[in-house]
Amino acid sequence: MKKSIIRFLSLALALVMVLALCACGGETQQGPGPAENPNTEAPATEPADDGGNEPAGDEPSGGDNEPAGEASGTFKLGGIGPMTGGAAQYGMAAMTGAQIAVDEINALGGPVQFEFKAEDDVNVTDTAINAYGRLKDWGMQVLVGCVTTTPCISVAQEANTDRIFALTPSASSTDVTAGRDNMFQMCFTDPNQGLSGAEYIKTNFPDAKIAVIYKNDDAYSVGIRDAFAGQMGDSIVYEGTFTDDTQTDFSVQVAAAKDAGADVVYLPMYYQPATVILNQAKAIGYAPTFIGVDGMDGILDQENFDASLAEGVLVMSPFAASSTDELTVNFVAEYQKRMGQLPNQFAADGYDCVYAIYNAIQAAGLTADMSTADICEALIATFTSDSFSYSGLTGQGMTWSTNGEVTKLPMAFLIKDGVYTTP
Amino acid sequence: MVFFSYLISGISLGSVYAIIALGYTMVYGIAKMLNFAHGDVIMVGGYICYCAMTYLGLPAIASILLSMVVCTVLGVVIEGLAYRPLRQAGSLAVLITAIGVSYFLQNAAQLIWGVTPKIFTSAVSFPLPQGLTDLGISSEAIVTVVSCVVIMIALTLFVNHTRMGKAMRACSEDKGAAQLMGINVNRTISVTFAIGSALAAIAGVLLCSSYTTLMPTTGSMPGIKAFTAAVFGGIGSIPGAFIGGLLLGIIEAMAKAYISTNLANAIVFAVLIVVLLVRPSGLLGKYVPEKV
Repeated sequence: MKKSIIRFLSLALALVMVLALCACGGETQQGPGPAENPNTEAPATEPADDGGNEPAGDEPSGGDNEPAGEASGTFKLGGIGPMTGGAAQYGMAAMTGAQIAVDEINALGGPVQFEFKAEDDVNVTDTAINAYGRLKDWGMQVLVGCVTTTPCISVAQEANTDRIFALTPSASSTDVTAGRDNMFQMCFTDPNQGLSGAEYIKTNFPDAKIAVIYKNDDAYSVGIRDAFAGQMGDSIVYEGTFTDDTQTDFSVQVAAAKDAGADVVYLPMYYQPATVILNQAKAIGYAPTFIGVDGMDGILDQENFDASLAEGVLVMSPFAASSTDELTVNFVAEYQKRMGQLPNQFAADGYDCVYAIYNAIQAAGLTADMSTADICEALIATFTSDSFSYSGLTGQGMTWSTNGEVTKLPMAFLIKDGVYTTP
Repeated sequence: MVFFSYLISGISLGSVYAIIALGYTMVYGIAKMLNFAHGDVIMVGGYICYCAMTYLGLPAIASILLSMVVCTVLGVVIEGLAYRPLRQAGSLAVLITAIGVSYFLQNAAQLIWGVTPKIFTSAVSFPLPQGLTDLGISSEAIVTVVSCVVIMIALTLFVNHTRMGKAMRACSEDKGAAQLMGINVNRTISVTFAIGSALAAIAGVLLCSSYTTLMPTTGSMPGIKAFTAAVFGGIGSIPGAFIGGLLLGIIEAMAKAYISTNLANAIVFAVLIVVLLVRPSGLLGKYVPEKV
């Protein structure tokens, strides 16, 4: 009955390899999870008449577009994003933001109504394609998604073939939009973000020695870093990387940045690894100026977060939940009511996506009985037309170019006493 | 000086791997199964301690004890519900079940605690003299290393010098014969899981104290690394898990610091492969020849 240890070890080793390889593929270590359940829906998908009790004057304005005809009907909006697994917080935020916008629009009772259905992709490409297929069977006319870049690239290709108009809240790589006329972005492209970061540092920290720590298995992080490093050149004294598997310990990278004498540390990454970096820098008494990108937004909202860690951190983000304009305040209140926490940039992007589509539908005078391909062509024409601009939570007067990129201004926020301030 | 601080971060990381690896290796050594859910029990331990400290306001020690108790119960329940019915089944079936349990725990944690990461306040922090901080030594690192050594010694003594330890060694050698000698195999394996899970709770608290963010997937990668450490040191061997974990942590830190942060993981696994080629049963593992 005795089992061979050797056989067991080889089996086990093979398993480790497979798991390690999976993780290297840029997809989180979620393999065959229960999340592949075809009926997974966003918990936030509530009945349309629930919430959305905002005054009619509050919705973002679509600029001065003259409607081409009377838009009407109930349009079917599909959403795809990770709602389980390691990237779940991004998908949940974006889909909840979109749901809030849909509920508000439906509560207005206008001729254009939305039916919204969100599907989970676990941040895995295959699952995203399946989710897309389910939404297509359901009759999706416009896609809000995907939330994360890697799955989005594949889904964008499908949507391009099927001629379904797609607006992603947050998949920011240029690979998402490249060569696909029907694919648009609500967020900055990664290179643009890197360039504006470099611009900002050159202006405000002219002689700084710079360290960059980035996640080299993540297209978002690498995209920003490449553009940034291209601009900064020799002022970068240290570059450290990490991956999905190694994002719990940065003690070596932080010690090396300190050793290289860097006085500005640029962090093109999401807030969660950034939190660990801030913590470990503090532990060894290293206090440079940390500069984060839009993924850094949300750092202050983590439960139990010691805000003194983020003191003096610069965040370059198009959205701040602490803004005091009426639109943001109402959105933040509604989001908090539903999710029990402050919305981050993903939630705002999701919200803006739905309103941008809503405005474009009205501007183009579309009706829900049109074919999906006609809707797609009309929306492409509207988004890229000179007269169409959109002002929402994540920027004023946004316009889109024919390659799907959005033009808007980034804002820099300085974290002081645990809140965003304008430096 | 920088070398020293890299070494410290390697040792500190390695000690966490070692504590997790001790749990893996004990369960493997005695029940002859790989408990892939071990990493997720760590995550649960972290959450319980977090909740006890944040929501119930318990002191750190009480929170750690509470999380040990909860994890012990959880470990025994998992063993009883998921693994015991498969005692006579092939090892592959048990392995797959363990992966299933791992996903179950992750998704259950996501339902209970949500997807947003929680920030774990260190449960084991105390002020250190300035000189030590300058060297890159943190209080968490000291506590981790000390508890790792204590746990390893205690486990070795327990397995070698108590009645239960003797029963465990007997089960490890031959379950059937142990049963004939009047040893309650099921109970022995349950106790093994209880100890392993209590260790997982400690590992969870120490892991989260050093690396602060806590989310449903927190345990998976350290779990896999610790499993590697256990194989590296010789799975089934308690001092082997300790040495394997420590070496793995140091190799990882040095590879990151001096070779490439990109290749750190590749180097760790390459070292593992070389070790297994030279010593197929790991550094301290016993080589058992196949009986034909």
